[in-house]
Amino acid sequence: MILDALHRFGEYVLLIYRTLTWPDRWSVFVRQTFREITKLGVDSIGIVLIISLFTGAVICLQMTMNIRSLFIPAYAVGMSTRDILFLEFSSTIMCLILAGKVGSNIASEIGTMRVTEQIDALEIMGVNSANFLILPKIVALMVFIPVLVIFSNFFGIIGGYIVATFTDIITVAKYEYGIQSYYKEFYIWYSIIKSIVFAFIISTVASYFGYYAKGGALQVGKASTNSVVISSVIILLFDVILTHILLQ
Amino acid sequence: MIEVKNIFKSFDGKQILSDINAVFEAGKTNLIIGQSGSGKTVLVKCIVGLFSPDSGQVLYNNRNLHGMKNSEVRLLRSEIGMLFQGSALFDSMSVLENVMFPLTIFSKESTKAKLDRAHFCLERVNLKGVDNLLPSEISGGMQKRVAIARAIALNPKYLICDEPNSGLDPKTSLLIDELISDITAEYQITTIINTHDMNSVMGIGENIIFINKGIKEWTGTKEGIFNSSNKTLNEFVFASDLFRKVKEAENFAQSQEG
Repeated sequence: MILDALHRFGEYVLLIYRTLTWPDRWSVFVRQTFREITKLGVDSIGIVLIISLFTGAVICLQMTMNIRSLFIPAYAVGMSTRDILFLEFSSTIMCLILAGKVGSNIASEIGTMRVTEQIDALEIMGVNSANFLILPKIVALMVFIPVLVIFSNFFGIIGGYIVATFTDIITVAKYEYGIQSYYKEFYIWYSIIKSIVFAFIISTVASYFGYYAKGGALQVGKASTNSVVISSVIILLFDVILTHILLQ
Repeated sequence: MIEVKNIFKSFDGKQILSDINAVFEAGKTNLIIGQSGSGKTVLVKCIVGLFSPDSGQVLYNNRNLHGMKNSEVRLLRSEIGMLFQGSALFDSMSVLENVMFPLTIFSKESTKAKLDRAHFCLERVNLKGVDNLLPSEISGGMQKRVAIARAIALNPKYLICDEPNSGLDPKTSLLIDELISDITAEYQITTIINTHDMNSVMGIGENIIFINKGIKEWTGTKEGIFNSSNKTLNEFVFASDLFRKVKEAENFAQSQEG
């Protein structure tokens, strides 16, 4: 099992080595990258918006219920909602969700290309298939996932705002005061830095599982599932490492 | 011309190819035939460089593929057109984009010149009015023709076909065979076809290599097959009633002439 894991890690490193080279044609690369931004990024805005809005609302509700105390000011609800969103939800949890949506999409697309010999066709033509297929996805996700994370932060805050507006558990004024209290700009950067690292993990791990898929439709499905599981575990591991490095 | 010399290939200790030697001449349709699992596809993949042989050489006009630098391999590959069993067209691209693809990557000509070339290749394989369709929207025979158009887009010196008639009806198979044969003669390409379709063998087999259990058992022409005394080849070629009857008729005609 350890040998197998080492073998796979070696394959992954070699694949990334082949991927991170200058593209054959820059015009094709730029076009591919914009296509991937649309397909993987822009098409994910809807789900990010919905999940963030509802999660922001739920966090706000739970905070109100859990910290109802004479010794804790009401504005702490807004403050803690903001910090939970900035520090963990919008970067880590959102990236876990994207690992499922985007990662499985990448693994199944590249896996299908592998089993239908499209990757062999690229290689025969003298095209560096890893670079051609994977690099635009890496760049697209590393550029656009931070944008999604910022959207998520914003819509999460809006979710809490909606709760404050339409319920009487906290006033809008106190919520607004809370989200501005003890604001640290670095938290935004922290969530962006994490999301860039997670974007690299999602795109490369999913591409690896797709690129080395063998067999038929069943194996492509399995590659897609494995990519989601493994990238989620790696994201959680790097979450701990990055938090330790950036916040200590 | 492509020449393979002393090719050996094994997977996980299992010998797939043993000491294969063959010469594939330019301007001829060279066929590799044999039963399923005989090692034909492995040989073709060694020839195009998708597999590295354990030992032996693959010579493209006396240049050894497996001893070349990466840049040389890349250059050589731009001279190879390959037709895959399942066509291997890019799903996300239209028919025209598929044919344009090698031109977009390798050709330095203007966009108009590339478009003209792509249209010429599509017309050469008798395809019109399908430019904007996706591969999933056209028939299997049309997909094969698009794949041929893509393979010849860069004027290749070598055309390698892996079971080009797989999954096609006999009439469409015949059309594909004729197309490959015509293109080979017209552009003096070195064409290698991996097949177990006996109709193809009898139709376009100018130079045939028979592989059995990873060993080259026989080499010759389509006419030579009828007179061959190789037992394994006869069992393979005349496995169907149709070809048995063709051989009987041939033998009968020869005895009458005698």
